Amino acid sequence: MAEIDDLDRRIINALQGGFPLVDEPYREVAETLGITEGELIRRLEDLLARRVLTRFGPMFQVEAMGGAFVLAALAVPEARFDEVTLLVNSLPEVAHNYRREHALNMWFVLATETPQGIGDAVARIESLTGLPVHAFPKEREYFVEMKLAA
Amino acid sequence: MPEFDYVPDELDRRLVVATQAGLPLVPRPYDTLAAQLGVSATDVKERLGVLLAQGVIRRIGAVPNHYALGYAANGMSVWNVDDARVDELGERVGALDFVTHCYRRPRHVPAWPYNLFAMVHGRSRDEVDEKIASIARLLGDACAGHDVLFSTRILKKTGLRISG
Repeated sequence: MAEIDDLDRRIINALQGGFPLVDEPYREVAETLGITEGELIRRLEDLLARRVLTRFGPMFQVEAMGGAFVLAALAVPEARFDEVTLLVNSLPEVAHNYRREHALNMWFVLATETPQGIGDAVARIESLTGLPVHAFPKEREYFVEMKLAA
Repeated sequence: MPEFDYVPDELDRRLVVATQAGLPLVPRPYDTLAAQLGVSATDVKERLGVLLAQGVIRRIGAVPNHYALGYAANGMSVWNVDDARVDELGERVGALDFVTHCYRRPRHVPAWPYNLFAMVHGRSRDEVDEKIASIARLLGDACAGHDVLFSTRILKKTGLRISG
């Protein structure tokens, strides 16, 4: 766990959404936190450099931009796990990949610029690994708020 | 697959490319984007406002690394929920304050009977288990079974990259 102080927490919580569309947005947010614009920018640079934040900016809905996002899983034999990880991760379309405890033990997200790109990536993973890909495209998204308190 | 009425244009695409690494950390970030894109700062702010209103941009903000914030346990809970009730119940599960993603997805029977996915973050596995028990209570007899897949290793995390 990273070292973050009370001000870091207040900054992260204040910046979960609603960043203002004004000429000097950092100044506006800094004023609500009682700090200077320069301090806010320095803190953000530091939080990003230390990977406490993975990103700061607009979060685009990929599907609305014509792209596609699909969760998929593989049941990888334990003896082949490292080899298959390298093969799957070699595709630029694989955005995230997690090992999970289940017979389906590798779960990854395919992100492509077009819906057709998903099928191509699935076929490529199947041919590289010789394993069947289980695709779990979302059929419906239920509303969640960003709400993990720092 | 969700449908969107909004048809993105060239400026939208260039805005994605210009901001995918993040918003510039300078006092006037929209001016910086405007100069890169060859439009006015007013155009940039107005367009971002339209994209937010249309849901094309979910939000403009910080994406925390859950692990760095102390949310060390991350369980993908999966539920076999009555098709007639899954949408009503999915909305209620998504509204719980510890659920960060909630989707309906296809079953792959017989190996995978689950149609509702809810991602639960907690500071420990015990905390995640408690939260999952409260989802089970919410779903009640509409749920015929569930499982929790804890992540034991991040194998890759990059996010989408759209080429310029």
